[in-house]
Amino acid sequence: MEGSVTTNIALVGNPNTGKTSLFNQLTGLKQKVGNYPGITVDKKVGVCKISEDFTAEIIDLPGTYSINPTTLDETIVLETLLNKDNESHPSLVIVVAEVENLKRNLLLFSQIKDLQIPTILVINMADQMERKGISIDIEQLKTELKTEVILISSRKKTGIETLKRKIENYKNWNTEPIASTADRIDKDFFNTIREDFSEMSLYKAWLLITQQKYCSFLTEEQKVKIGKLKSDKVKIKKYQHKETIFRYQRINEILKKVYKVDRSQATDLRSKLDRVLTHKVFGYVIFAVVLFTIFQSIFEWASLPMDYIDGLFADFSELVKTNFPAGKFTDLIAEGVIPGIGGVIIFIPQIAILFMFISALEETGYMSRVVFLMDKIMRKFGMSGKSIIPLVSGTACAIPAVMASRNISSWKERLITILVVPFTTCSARLPVYAILIALVIPDKRIFGIFNLQGLTLMALYLLGFGAAIISAILLHKILKIENKSLFVIEMPNYKIPSIKNVFYEVVEKTKAFIFGAGKIILALSIVLWFLASNGPSSFKNAEADVTLQEQNSGLNSEELQKKIASYKLEHSYIGYMGKTIEPVIKPMGYDWKIGIALISSFAAREVFVGALATIYSVQSDGNNVGTIKERMAAEVNSIGEKRFDLPTGISLLLFYAFAMQCVGTLAIVKRETKSWKWPLLQLVSMGALAYICAFAAFNLLS
Amino acid sequence: MGDTIASLKIGEKGVIDDFSLDAIPLSLLEMGCLPGKEVRLIQIAPFLDPLYIKVNGSHLAIRKEMAGQINITKI
Repeated sequence: MEGSVTTNIALVGNPNTGKTSLFNQLTGLKQKVGNYPGITVDKKVGVCKISEDFTAEIIDLPGTYSINPTTLDETIVLETLLNKDNESHPSLVIVVAEVENLKRNLLLFSQIKDLQIPTILVINMADQMERKGISIDIEQLKTELKTEVILISSRKKTGIETLKRKIENYKNWNTEPIASTADRIDKDFFNTIREDFSEMSLYKAWLLITQQKYCSFLTEEQKVKIGKLKSDKVKIKKYQHKETIFRYQRINEILKKVYKVDRSQATDLRSKLDRVLTHKVFGYVIFAVVLFTIFQSIFEWASLPMDYIDGLFADFSELVKTNFPAGKFTDLIAEGVIPGIGGVIIFIPQIAILFMFISALEETGYMSRVVFLMDKIMRKFGMSGKSIIPLVSGTACAIPAVMASRNISSWKERLITILVVPFTTCSARLPVYAILIALVIPDKRIFGIFNLQGLTLMALYLLGFGAAIISAILLHKILKIENKSLFVIEMPNYKIPSIKNVFYEVVEKTKAFIFGAGKIILALSIVLWFLASNGPSSFKNAEADVTLQEQNSGLNSEELQKKIASYKLEHSYIGYMGKTIEPVIKPMGYDWKIGIALISSFAAREVFVGALATIYSVQSDGNNVGTIKERMAAEVNSIGEKRFDLPTGISLLLFYAFAMQCVGTLAIVKRETKSWKWPLLQLVSMGALAYICAFAAFNLLS
Repeated sequence: MGDTIASLKIGEKGVIDDFSLDAIPLSLLEMGCLPGKEVRLIQIAPFLDPLYIKVNGSHLAIRKEMAGQINITKI
């Protein structure tokens, strides 16, 4: 009987309690990221073997301070816990708390316990109790909370086995509610609720009543009853406040009996660090240094493995070409599939390094200090201090960044953040920048320490941020939306980031990239290859036509082959497509081949490099495959000048800095703003800006 | 009289008296900011806003505007 039904276990807890660490300990690499039905919040699910014959699905719910939602992520927690038909509805809940903020963590615990789902309280960071002078009487706490309580340390990996042993027995857990605040608030009112909703726990009914919107799973009859009960909004709000106060009173009573802190043991590292990191001068200096370090390391550390990968795939193409029988299929593999896969793999070093920094910084607790430092400044631009997190993670990818804007409670601040995030230099722009910079900017050092190429990259990052800020100011002036902001953030204690958590995050994000964007890149590479190596009648007669044309020019056979290859490309399907758009892009200094790469990169920017790689490798016709960089450097225009010279290079850099070339971002903006208006605005205005800047730069420089 | 969290200086403490239900979100209460609790101002952000406070064991940052609506008695 047990075997066929999977048991769902939900992990619930405040942010910064080490919930994700516990999730990683329980599931290891057996985790996947899915979506909640209808919404695109990441749902992290993993499989955990509790015992020989008991395997459970563990769901890592978004971190929340309370079951009363204020953001979209928190709504998920409520829906999952209340809706019995939800596919993630848990059979039992693990509430993760931590030793230092136990009081606040217990508020959430008390709410969940009152839902009468089997619940266990896990107190994390037990290894730090001694250092912080904290002692907890676990036996007494168990009795008071009518629940199982265990101390664990997800970092030191202690207590995990004990937790599993307890979970085995979850069907016998006590599911009595503990807070029983209802009758102290308003006995008559809550009696009415009891009668109207006898089929569920009192607290669940109360939660359904207090939600602003009706929960999706309610019946019409239930909605009518709820509508009547919640008609007096002021009363409901007052009762919610009272409930919270009563819950804290009860928690205080309990903690007085079981929780002791010896202050003399406590170290003062936190306030020392705070003083420096939120200092009016050092605070900003440190933040700038942190950003600079991240961007420099992406360029410096990633370039070596990237060159290696680039070379590896070029060799591999070569190998296939020379060792496989010549023909269409070999061409497809060597010129379509392998450069295509190479175009995906090449980004892994950059993406991994970037996500490593971002997840490590979030783990330390430093990001909250940055939010605090930046809030007032960001408000001048119509955003919130919390916008810093989307803007910084936008340097990895705009898609998760747009989603990260969800915890900004003011709609105007959130909308502006979403609209300007795509200006930040995402990792998809990096390969385009990297290859163009390597081609047109000399590899020199200035002042002995600064690498000119690195500085150019830095300048492009600043340009992206600058564009984001200026657009935000404009939007702030233009958008007429009432700004009601409820800004409350927790300043968590500092932590050394766990290598394991950072590692899992990097693996997960990199996997998401390879299987998400990677599929598009690979598919486009193959399509491009097909379009570039096939064409209408003039394409098929290429060999005869060129030979005829050039019969008197005295070319040797190698030069003739080259001529034929480029004639073929020009008369392929893609050649015609490129030629059609050439008049539009010529003012920016691009030819039709770059035009093709430009169009393809509207699916995703990083396709640019792969597309050029495919086009040039078809054109090279196997004589000199070389690396992508070599092929681009060798490309010349009609009068024999380098195709990628300084004016064209800078013009392309600017175009990629500003243009909204990412279908994925447009789709997510549509979903998050629930309207096509905003993504279209981004597409048009960013495109226009890109065109104008690229045009101006090209003409000024040449 | 008339003191709020916004009128504290760095390092000063007060006890929260009461606040209007409309101005204060439930989430602030849930994070521990309750009447009768001691609040200490830890740090003020460089441009004088937001404020970094410790209340009822929680370390929070709130904007000055909201802090100005939470009445306290200095201690």
